[in-house]
Amino acid sequence: MAEKKFETALARLEEIVTDLEKGDLSLEQSLKLFEEGVKLARLCNTRLEEAEGKVEILIKDRSGNVTPRTFDDEEES
Amino acid sequence: MQSHILTVTKLSHQIKDLMEGAFPDIWVEGEISNLTVPQSGHAYFTLKDEHSQVRAVLFRSSQRHLKFTLQHGMLVVCRGRVGVYEPRGEYQLILEYVEPKGIGALQRAFEELKSRLEKEGLFALGRKRALPVLPRRVGVITSPTGAAIRDILRVIRRRHPRMEIVIYPVPVQGSEAPPEIIQAIEHFNRTQAVDVLIIGRGGGSLEDLWAFNEEAVARAIMSSRIPVISAVGHETDYTIADFVADVRAPTPSAAAEMVVESEENLRATLGSLQSRLYVSMRAELDRLRSALSSSVRLLGDPRRQVQQLLLRTDELRQRLALAFRTLVIRDRGRLAGLSRALDQLNPLGILGRGYSITRVMPAGMIVKNAAELKQGDVIRTRLLSGEVDSRVEKTLLP
Repeated sequence: MAEKKFETALARLEEIVTDLEKGDLSLEQSLKLFEEGVKLARLCNTRLEEAEGKVEILIKDRSGNVTPRTFDDEEES
Repeated sequence: MQSHILTVTKLSHQIKDLMEGAFPDIWVEGEISNLTVPQSGHAYFTLKDEHSQVRAVLFRSSQRHLKFTLQHGMLVVCRGRVGVYEPRGEYQLILEYVEPKGIGALQRAFEELKSRLEKEGLFALGRKRALPVLPRRVGVITSPTGAAIRDILRVIRRRHPRMEIVIYPVPVQGSEAPPEIIQAIEHFNRTQAVDVLIIGRGGGSLEDLWAFNEEAVARAIMSSRIPVISAVGHETDYTIADFVADVRAPTPSAAAEMVVESEENLRATLGSLQSRLYVSMRAELDRLRSALSSSVRLLGDPRRQVQQLLLRTDELRQRLALAFRTLVIRDRGRLAGLSRALDQLNPLGILGRGYSITRVMPAGMIVKNAAELKQGDVIRTRLLSGEVDSRVEKTLLP
């Protein structure tokens, strides 16, 4: 599922940063890791941004299929 | 007999000892009626069955463990002792614990189901799945009205304002609840629209929560591919759903806390990772750059090197010129010497001093020895200026 991407991306980013901080890499390796790190960070950021915050409630009609409808939480929000 | 007359107090005192001694800790079953709960909070009621009745009281202090509210006409099982209230010559039941009749049966059914499912491995920790750190959408299976859904929404919105939530409304009590809950779980698993599920309800009695003890519900939770957080009742309530779920939250709002890492924490973690990424990269580049410049220093600055080469070439050029000059001078000297020597040896020069060069004709070889000639040979003699041809008369040997 999409979720795996965020979690694995975050974990991989952590890995990259630790490796870079060790500082025992060649220039090519550090550059390659750095680029991957930037890509992963961007991915995580978009994942955080893209949720629209919809809250839906599923309504079942007689024939049993289910349709979503926005759930406005009239009581105190 | 008269001498042995009891006062009322003595009599009722003996009755009290007798009765309280006889019934110190008993279980009684009956129906609640004439229930009154005055300001004091103590619950007074009559416990009766078809033929008789007894007065009873459940003091407020003993109501702490009550999992349900006493209601008129309710069949209950109670535990307590008999107490005699001497001033009014009445006896009553002083109760410590009351539970709805049949609750015991439910409790037993619960224990049995729990141990059976446990043996089957449904509760195995190994089977539990981790919750996603950042779900795209959270599915909630609970009653659309009631505190649970409101708490869940409030907490999720506080922690992660733009988290998307999909509610599948179900009855959470009564016989129609289990099938609906199962349908909801299957719906989410079919549509795969959410990454985590919260299943639960607010507090209630064992009977109220019973839907979450149904085996079918437990199996539906177990076979869900989407991780499930169960949040049934209060902290103290444990249902089968709680044991089977991937995570058990003590209350619906606790479930909301667990289901989503707060957005700021995620942002903070991401932010710090990003800055560490840039800082470590810059440090890396600085390290490499300084390594480069130190090696360049060792190598010497190419420009300086070029200058050095220029200097050297100049120097060499000068030395060359110098060497050349000295050479030339020396050679000139030698040359002069040689040329002087040459002059001296120069046959033409000797001619100047009256010598001549004789060659035998026609070969033209220079003659140095008279023996080389014989009479009649034609010889050509070179004088300082001009030449003479002559014939050999006679050769005189030394």
